[in-house]
Amino acid sequence: MRYATQRIAFPYFAVAMGLFAIQVTMGLVMGYVYVNPNFLSDILPFHVLRMLHTNALIVWLLLGFFGSTYFLLPEESEREIHSPALAYLQLAILVVGTLGAVVTYMFDLFHGNWLLGKEGREFLEQPKWVKMGIVVAALIFLYNCSMTLLKGRKTSISTVLLIGLWGLALLFLFAFYNPPNLVLDKQYWWWVVHLWVEGVWELIMAAILGYLMLKLTGVDREVVEKWIYVIVATALFSGILGTGHHYFWIGLPAYWHWIGSIFSSFEVVPFFAMMSFAFIMVWKGRRDHPNKAALLWSLGCATLAFFGAGVWGFLHTLHGVNYYSHGTQITAAHGHLAFYGAYVCLVCAIVTYAMPILRNRDPYNQVLNMVAFWLMSSGMLFMTFTLTFAGTVQTHLQRVNGIFYMDVQDQLVLFYWMRLGSGVAVVLGALLFIYSVLVPGREVVEPGPVQRHRDAHDEAITPAE
Amino acid sequence: MNTAAQRRPPGDLMIWVLIVLEVAVFAAGLLVFLAVRLTDPAGFAAGQDQLHRLSAGINTVVLVTSGLLAALALRRVRAGQGREGRWFLLAAAALGVLFVVLKGVEYAHAGTGSEAFFTFYYLLTGFHAAHVVAGVVILGLCAVTLNKDHVQAGAQFWHMVDLVWVILFPIIYLLR
Repeated sequence: MRYATQRIAFPYFAVAMGLFAIQVTMGLVMGYVYVNPNFLSDILPFHVLRMLHTNALIVWLLLGFFGSTYFLLPEESEREIHSPALAYLQLAILVVGTLGAVVTYMFDLFHGNWLLGKEGREFLEQPKWVKMGIVVAALIFLYNCSMTLLKGRKTSISTVLLIGLWGLALLFLFAFYNPPNLVLDKQYWWWVVHLWVEGVWELIMAAILGYLMLKLTGVDREVVEKWIYVIVATALFSGILGTGHHYFWIGLPAYWHWIGSIFSSFEVVPFFAMMSFAFIMVWKGRRDHPNKAALLWSLGCATLAFFGAGVWGFLHTLHGVNYYSHGTQITAAHGHLAFYGAYVCLVCAIVTYAMPILRNRDPYNQVLNMVAFWLMSSGMLFMTFTLTFAGTVQTHLQRVNGIFYMDVQDQLVLFYWMRLGSGVAVVLGALLFIYSVLVPGREVVEPGPVQRHRDAHDEAITPAE
Repeated sequence: MNTAAQRRPPGDLMIWVLIVLEVAVFAAGLLVFLAVRLTDPAGFAAGQDQLHRLSAGINTVVLVTSGLLAALALRRVRAGQGREGRWFLLAAAALGVLFVVLKGVEYAHAGTGSEAFFTFYYLLTGFHAAHVVAGVVILGLCAVTLNKDHVQAGAQFWHMVDLVWVILFPIIYLLR
């Protein structure tokens, strides 16, 4: 660790990992509710579980982004973070807000209160005081990081990262605007929900992935920067008007059908570029970085994001298709693989890279971490496939044949059982991952025959320094 | 030996990324237009008859001439004759303004009819007109800075706007 304030990242990552565990556990419980619908229905109804599952995901990813920024910004700008105290205050606000939201969701205290009650807007359910806390925390964060950046070296990685984070904070302000007209409500609602994940978050993703590639493969910064610019340009070009694919059936004019269909079809381009970027950097790179697990997560991130966000997104983005598939399990399939590939894997990658450095630890549980990657990723892929099949069957039975919603659900129960199984794999993978990054490794794993052969070969061509 | 540089297209990488994306989006839009046209040839033909073909034809001449002026401006700026280049840039921008004015007149007199036809008509020509407006602003900025790279990128953007119109015009206005 070259800068003392990089240590700020550690508590952020630790809290993020805690919420990650809670998030996937809630997911597993929901997976069980799908096959046994009355489970916990009196204490924790499905909609509360779902709020916890989705909100915890967003919050731990945000904490991951904040932690990543505190970790990489000192190195990129070649100076310490402006104010560590503010960074810890920011974390404290976010933790209090998160706990407040959880308690409000579970016990529905202050029902209907404008400030303290939950807002009931899907994904933006947080009570208003929590939203205000998020804005204050974001302002503190932006002040702290912008000051660091302005006083230090400005690289395109840190600049793109901060533009992404500024956009993230500014777009969240639309969470406060809730017009009584339901059409307008939804129109602005998507400015947070869509323009985050298919807009500014992609900038954050490109920047963090670029940083990891720079560190792990040793390619020239110039090459990385060029890729980042192309990714950012294609992401914003397609993503902003791509919002139109959410405007198909909410009461907005019909021309959105075509704007949404055409522009969102191009949203696959930045994800393809990110995948190409990651693999080309690894092929061209000259550095054999010892942290293989971080490299695996980075490549897995780019690949699964391409399939989850790009391919599975395109699958139902054309309005002619979406007319039938809207809101079926196909959406759930896309949502799970897209979030997992693009953002969960991204945060896992930088956590895997940063933790040994933050804790000055060697050896670290690299092999266990890689096992966690394969377990979690195959679980998530299997879940995506089962939900895609479930969604296809559902679309046909319900939207084409006109069978009632709940009767169709009965027909899908086999898929839901399989999804529950894949959920178990994901939770086990997540717990293994958390264990592998937080608990010290005890032994150095001996390299196997392939790695030994490679090491011998590398030594033969490049004498030890 | 300068083969790598020779094979590379002129100008910045990012302007080419933009050009490829723009052309791809307009191509997709026009393909969809042609596909939907197959479902209602009579409605599309009736809609097309309401358009002012002559005005659009004049606009084609206006835009292509403007493209020529932008190219001449770049040549002047490259040769170090910035003052002359500035006049060419401003003339190119002025023709861009004329294009938008004629387009406005066209919109004011556009008839009604097939909903699908007019949806695409307004979407495609409207998106294109927005690019003309952006191009006029860009050419104006280039006339201020007179930076060689800026003028080149501006001219490239302007030619892209030209190219899109030259493809869009026959497909929407003329194709029977």
